[in-house]
This record gives sequence, structure tokens and C-alpha cells, in this order.
Amino acid sequence: MTQIRVTVDGVEYADDVEPRMLLVYYLRERLGKTGTVVGCDTSNCGACTVHLNGQSVKSCSVLAVQADGAEVTTIEGIARDGQLHPVQQAFHDNHALQCGYCTPGMIMQAIDLLGDNPDPDEQEIREGLEGNLCRCTGYHNIVRAVQDAARRMKPGASADTPAPAAVAGGGQ
Amino acid sequence: MTTTAEPATPVSEIGRARTRKEDARLITGRTRWTDNITLNGMLHAAMVRSPVAHGRITSIDVSEAKKMPGVVAVFTGADLDSEQSGLPCAWPINAEATPPRHVSIAVDKVNFAGEIIAVVVARSAAEARDAVDAVEFDIEPLEPVIDLNDALTDRTVIHSELGTNKWVTFPFDSVAAGATSGPSADEVIAAAENDPDSVVVTRTWRQQRLIPAFMEPRSVVVDPTGEQLTVWSSTQIPHVLRTMLGVTLGLPEHKLRVIAPDVGGGFGGKLQVIPEEILTILVANKLRRPVKWTETRSESLVSGHHGRDQIQTVTIAAKKDGTFTALKFDFIADMGAYFGLFTPAVPVFGAFIGPAVYKFPAYKAVFTDVFTNKTPTDAYRGAGRPEATFAVERIVDELAAVLGRDPMDLRKQNWIKNTEFPYTNAGGLTYDSGNYEAATEKALELFDYEGLRREQEERRRNNDPVQLGIGISVFTEMCGLAPSRLLGALGAGAGGWEHAAIRMLPTGKVEVVTGSSAHGQGHETAWSQIVADKLGVPFEDVEVLHGDTQVSPKGMDTYGSRSLPVGGTAVVKCAEKVIEKAKKVAAHLLEADESDIDFAAGRFSVRGTDKGITIQEVVFATFLSHNFPEGVEPSLDSEYTFDPENFSFPHGTHLAAIEVDTETGKVHLRKYVCVDDIGSVVNPLIAEGQIHGGLAQGIAQALYEEANYDEQGTLVNGTFVDYTLPSAADLPSFITDRTETPATTNPLGVKGVGEAGTIASTPAIVNGVLDAIRHLGVEHVEMPCTAQRVWRAIQEAEQQGGAQ
Repeated sequence: MTQIRVTVDGVEYADDVEPRMLLVYYLRERLGKTGTVVGCDTSNCGACTVHLNGQSVKSCSVLAVQADGAEVTTIEGIARDGQLHPVQQAFHDNHALQCGYCTPGMIMQAIDLLGDNPDPDEQEIREGLEGNLCRCTGYHNIVRAVQDAARRMKPGASADTPAPAAVAGGGQ
Repeated sequence: MTTTAEPATPVSEIGRARTRKEDARLITGRTRWTDNITLNGMLHAAMVRSPVAHGRITSIDVSEAKKMPGVVAVFTGADLDSEQSGLPCAWPINAEATPPRHVSIAVDKVNFAGEIIAVVVARSAAEARDAVDAVEFDIEPLEPVIDLNDALTDRTVIHSELGTNKWVTFPFDSVAAGATSGPSADEVIAAAENDPDSVVVTRTWRQQRLIPAFMEPRSVVVDPTGEQLTVWSSTQIPHVLRTMLGVTLGLPEHKLRVIAPDVGGGFGGKLQVIPEEILTILVANKLRRPVKWTETRSESLVSGHHGRDQIQTVTIAAKKDGTFTALKFDFIADMGAYFGLFTPAVPVFGAFIGPAVYKFPAYKAVFTDVFTNKTPTDAYRGAGRPEATFAVERIVDELAAVLGRDPMDLRKQNWIKNTEFPYTNAGGLTYDSGNYEAATEKALELFDYEGLRREQEERRRNNDPVQLGIGISVFTEMCGLAPSRLLGALGAGAGGWEHAAIRMLPTGKVEVVTGSSAHGQGHETAWSQIVADKLGVPFEDVEVLHGDTQVSPKGMDTYGSRSLPVGGTAVVKCAEKVIEKAKKVAAHLLEADESDIDFAAGRFSVRGTDKGITIQEVVFATFLSHNFPEGVEPSLDSEYTFDPENFSFPHGTHLAAIEVDTETGKVHLRKYVCVDDIGSVVNPLIAEGQIHGGLAQGIAQALYEEANYDEQGTLVNGTFVDYTLPSAADLPSFITDRTETPATTNPLGVKGVGEAGTIASTPAIVNGVLDAIRHLGVEHVEMPCTAQRVWRAIQEAEQQGGAQ
């Protein structure tokens, strides 16, 4: 067992974990953060995407011990004061989810994408989401949602929408 | 109590593009997937699976596994066989024979790679998986039966009790069925072959094997605590599962509660009673502890049922002027190693819709169901209809090429005109409504058909290395499964009705109970819209309950694009019953005769007066029951079970512009236009989303996906690394539109939408690929049309001298 200290969605945890434990299982089984899900075992589907120190990672490809000292943000930690993150809101408004299983990872990846490129064109969005699989939507409305979120998150678009960089570090 | 205020102008909820109620929890991670469930003392099961496709189990040694840390128990087939019974097949098609026993855990013989041979139960999932590797076993390999034609030789017989690998040959003949009069398809085709004024085109091609690949891996939690056995399962069919568990395992149905909580997609892949459900129940009962099983993705791909997998021989006969005279299907369908719930019926389901939108005076379809040593097949989005639609839409294009006709003109010449509905097709189905002209006209315009044809000619003339093809698919399908009597006549083991209940709560809020168990479709939103309209209550005041047999005790669940036409209709009828009951109460409270009461927009009023009362007031008065009509039951709650009189028949016209790089074989889907007629629409946002997702899966069959087996019967692309689901970068945005010809067989006028995109798009894409390279002498490219296959087809055609 190895002890790790990790901040998840703004809460600090100290836990003994098996060295082989993947971050996603630490989140789900130890912390009860079941909003983050497992969709495959080969890091292809992206359903488990979270932010590690502000960067998107597939939490099935990160060991919990690698998150020692880090700040992790999950789908459960991006809404602020009862306000959805603009990407969450855009997914809802554009019907960008059906069964919703890929959605947490897709939203976390989209936030990361918009952090890197606040004004992506359609092709850049499609390529930026290439590592996240969805079987329900055909991606059509996911692309629309990310375009919509980019508009909402432009500086000055709306006073009460937080910028993605500020959110990526976590906090509740 | 009496209100006289004018009601606010009602805004119709039905037809409104409401964003979904379901989203709130799904976008914030407040979800209830089965794998999220943790119970006190819960153990974890993991399955030991055979790596051998066909063989005899000669030994299993679990002693080392039992010593592994955290392991509570290990069970083999020998331990569980007396209790496991056989998995159910609800529609065997063949009344002459008994389906081979489909065991949940193999006892002495394995019939596909992935079949379970032992169950490990441990304190944690990781410990259970560790111990799986410690189970020692020997399987003596038998010759695997992989190829369908080889299977039919019976060189090696998989199920010795049957004595053959062929399960059944199911023939449909339009003359015998009374759907057409005059000569049979065989006679017409034979005559056409010797008739200089006729032409006969025959082609043989594959429907490759596909994997449904829902995003949420399957998961089962069984809790034997207390008097009831509670089963959570990531299933499309909690109600069917409950009944089947009663029928197969002999568990008392009233002691069983099945819950499908949030379910992450199904596409037919979760329309199944799975071995893992049975085994998790058996081990939980034995250990008297809650047990969870959650599959890995690799397990899912190798053991969850697959779809399609047919060799199709298709023949069309026509006059030289293009008039169709006969259609014939001869399909060999791969059942895999065992039957699931609908395995042998899935191919046959395409028989009736085979003639599609066309007027065929003669039609024959023969389906041969064959066992192989591969993962069982069963329903996958469309289930039988994509296969039949592909066959007919591809052969029409082949005929057009032979006759030198524009493929759209040839379709127009032969389709059912909008003035000819209702129309009984050569498959015996009566299409109640449709307007192929309107949908096609709209699609051609959105697509710029003429402009793209001009560009195609230009690229041909210039010998452009990138050639353009236009793919057409004019489709119809049968939805709204299904009239119970018809199912019975076809030998199905269940009816096709759906159930709804409405509970009027004292504060005016409404609970709607539906037997349609959603797993991404958006029933909570759509059903709320229906009820809000029918009862005149706010959308927000409606709560839709489903997916738990204790809350929703009756249902036939969700598949076959049935939810809205059947389940939605049940909700409508149920709401009408509530209003009928409430009307009596309102009449009493308003001191008027019931026949003078009108109901509109949530208000009962006395005709010709300004006297009225809201539905909420009637509900509260019923709750109090102080001042209540004599002899009337003090409740407005209602139930309704709706059995459809007919299927519904969505249709549409799909057009694909395909660029093929003739030097590399690379296929680029440049533009996709579809105009679907799904009848009236409750929520256009949801309906359009269903079309998008359907398109993606149909396009993926045409271009990307195939489950590949090697000659030993090993699934060689059993991970998401190499089973290539399309990503966002592999698909374009779609141009979708609708025409609206209401269905006449249900009060909503709806037809169903879940499978339309998948059924229509596959032939559109392949027709487009062919249209781009046909002038090079290519007649067919097998699916998926990968760059390698397309390049090879071009090379082979060139070697054979190119176009004739």
C-alpha cells in the first residue's frame, strides 16, 4: 500500500492505495465519485476522462499513485454555486447526449479542448474529441454543443459564466 | 372552488423541441448506472471464459484459485448445472425441433470462444479477476465451424442432438401467403431469363458481423437480502427478464424485483437474458450475499451478442423498360453457437419488409439459420430490416446500372405512389400511409442532386483521381412491435402490447408509469410532453417512472422502435381514462350533466357557461372525497394496456455524396442528406438525435465495423483498439429534414424513429461508393468499404479489363 494525498473536486483526501490501483477505480470505489465511469479497458473510449492538474487525462490510464499531490477535477466538480459549467449547459441545450454514459468524459474533454483552443472550427472540434467515443449521438449535436459552449465562453459573452481555465483546477 | 378565469392560451407540448429532463443528472454525474451500486457485504463475480471456440472440457482445477486472497468461492459448470436451466429463446421460428440447450455455464463442452466455464467470487472485483487467471483448465479442441457454407456441409456438427448445423429454412412466398396473385417469383424469374424483353440481375454479398457496442458495459447486481430477490441489470428489458427468470430458473415471479436503473445504451445488445444474470443470481443465492458482476470491454465484445452476419443472394427481375417483376432473397444467417432471446427470428423479421417501397408483383424470401462456433447473434439496431433493406436497395442500383438508368428514376418508376395508400406489399404488410414523392423531392433539393451529378460527370471526364459517387436509399421499415395476434401466428413467445398507468397526486402533480424501459431515448421528456398536453398540466409537474418492476409492474420494454407508437399510445389512452373519470367528478362539483362538460387545456367547463374547474381542483376534491358523486370510485388513477392493430411504417430518402480516391481507395463521406417521414413528432429535438445516432451506426457498418474471426474461431478484434467504432473525426455533420405523413393506426400519428437512420444509411453509403467507381468496372465492394477493399476492387477490375 502506498499513501497518496490528492485533491478531488476541491476536497483533500489522504488514502492508502494499492500501487496498481487505477485513478478511475480510486475515484469510483474509494471516493464514491461514480460520475466518472469506465467504458473500456484499452484507453480508447474516453468515458473516464477527468482533469489532472488542469489537463484532461483518461483516468483508466493513470495510476492513483501518479495523482499523489495532484488536483483532480471530475464531472461532479465543474458546476459552481448551482450553476452548470457552460459546456454542461451547452450539452443540455443542444441535446448532445442520449444515454449519457460517454457524457462526463466528453464534457471534460470538451472543456480541455476549449482551454487549448477557445475558438475551434468544426474539424478541430472533431479531432479534439477523437479519443472519446459516443455510440448514441453520431457526434452531430456534440459538435454543435462545443461550438455553442465556445461562443458562451468567449470573454464578455456573459458575465456569470466562468472561464474554463479557472474551473479546470477544481473546487466546489 | 369554481373558477371563471380564462385559461391562458395553451401551448401545445406535443411537437415542441423540449430539452430533456434526463440530462440534469447525466451532465452532472449524479447517475445510477448498475456498476455504481454498492451494497453492504457485496461480493464481486468474475467469469472464466473459454479461449477455445469448440472443444471438450477435460479438466478444470479451481484449487489454486480458491486459495487466492479475497476469494470466497469458485464454481464450475458441474457445481451449477442442476440449477442453471437453459437460457430462453422466445421466437424459435421452427416448431419442428427443440433449440439446443443454451447453458449459462458450460459443463463438458464449449461452443464459442468466450463461453463461461467457471465463476470466481471474491471480496473485490480486482481479487476476483486475479483469481480468474489461477483457474487451471484443459479443453481438448474440436474442429471449429466458422464459415457458413462449411457449416451447412455438416462436416462437423456443433449440437449433436440436432444432428445438423442447419436450424431451419424459413420460406416466404408472396403467392402462398396470398400477398400477390399470379405467377410466383421463381416462375417470373425463370421466364424472365428466357425473355428478350426482360432482365434478371443476381448478386451475392455479405452482411458482415457487427457488435452493438453500447458504451456502458453490462453489469448485474443481485441482492438476496430479505424476502425478495432484487436484480439490478443494465438491460433493455427488465420486465421480460423478470418473467423469463421465473420461467427458466423457476424463481417465483412475485418474489423477484428487477431494476434497470440508468442504462447506457443498448441498440438491441441489451435485449437479452444473459448467462451472467443467471450466474450472478445463482451464486448470490448460494452465498446468501449480494454479488455484483461488471464486464470488461473485452468480455463485452467477445460474449455479448453480435448482430447481422449473413450471406445474401439477391435476384431482381424486371422488364427492359424498368418495371420490376420479381424479387427474391436467399439469405444464410449465422446464429452463432446458441440462441438468445430472438436469434433465429432476427433474419426472418426482414422477410415482410423485403419489398420495401416498391410494387413487386412476385416476391420470395428464403432464410436459412445456421449454427457456427461463434458468439451468438441476435438483435442489433434494425434487426432484420437493415439486412433486407440493404439487399433491396443495393440490387435496385445494380439493376439501374445494367439497364443504364438513373437509379432515382428507376425507383420512382416502381415505388408505391402516395395516392395508392393503404397498400399491401408483396410481403403481406399493409402500409397505412406514406409519401415517398414528398420526402424524395425535399431530399433531392437539399442535396443538390443535379449539381452533384454534373460534378460527377466532370470528374469522370477529367479522369480525376478522386471520383464522386451518389448513393441513394429510399427505405421503409416496420416499427411499433407489434400486434400480439400476429406475433402469436408467427410463433413468438410473447405479445407486443405496452402498458401505462397514471397516478394523480393530491397536489396536482402526476406520476406516469410506463412499461417502456428507456436507456437513452428520452422517454421521461417525451412522455411528460404527451401527458402535459392530454391532461393540461405543466410539463414540470409530470414525473415518468420506469425500469423497476416494483414501480412499473407491467411492460414489454424498449426495442424495435416501439416505445412511442405502442408505449406512447398507451399513455395517451390512459390519460383519456383519467379525463373520463375526472369528468364525472367535475360534473358533480359543477352541478351539471356530464354530457355538458367539456375538457380543454386542463379545465373542465360547462358548455355554454363560464363555469369551470381545473383538473387540479378535481384531483384534490377526489383526494378529499367529501363531496363526491354517488357510486363513483374515489380515484382518478388509471391504467391502460395498448395492443397495436398494425405496425407503423416510417420511410425516407437518404442521399450520400461519396468521394473515392481511386489511387488509395480511401472513401470520404462528403455530404449526407436524409429526409425522414416518421409521422407526427412529439419532440423534434429527440427525434433528430435518434436519426443522427442511427445514421452513425449505419454508416459505420458501411465503412468501419466488422467483427473478424480467425479460422480457429477467435475474435481477433475484440477490443476497442481494433473494433473500430467511428469517432467524431470519422463522421460528418448530417443534413436532416422531415416530411410528415401521420400514421393512421395510432392516435398520435407517430411511426417510430429509433432504427430508421441505421436501416437507411448503410445501402446509401455502399451505393455511393459503387457509383463513384462503377465506371472502372467495379460491381461490388464488401462491407466495411475500407480503403484496402476499395483499392483492391479497383485493381481487380482494372486487371479484368475495366468497364465493359
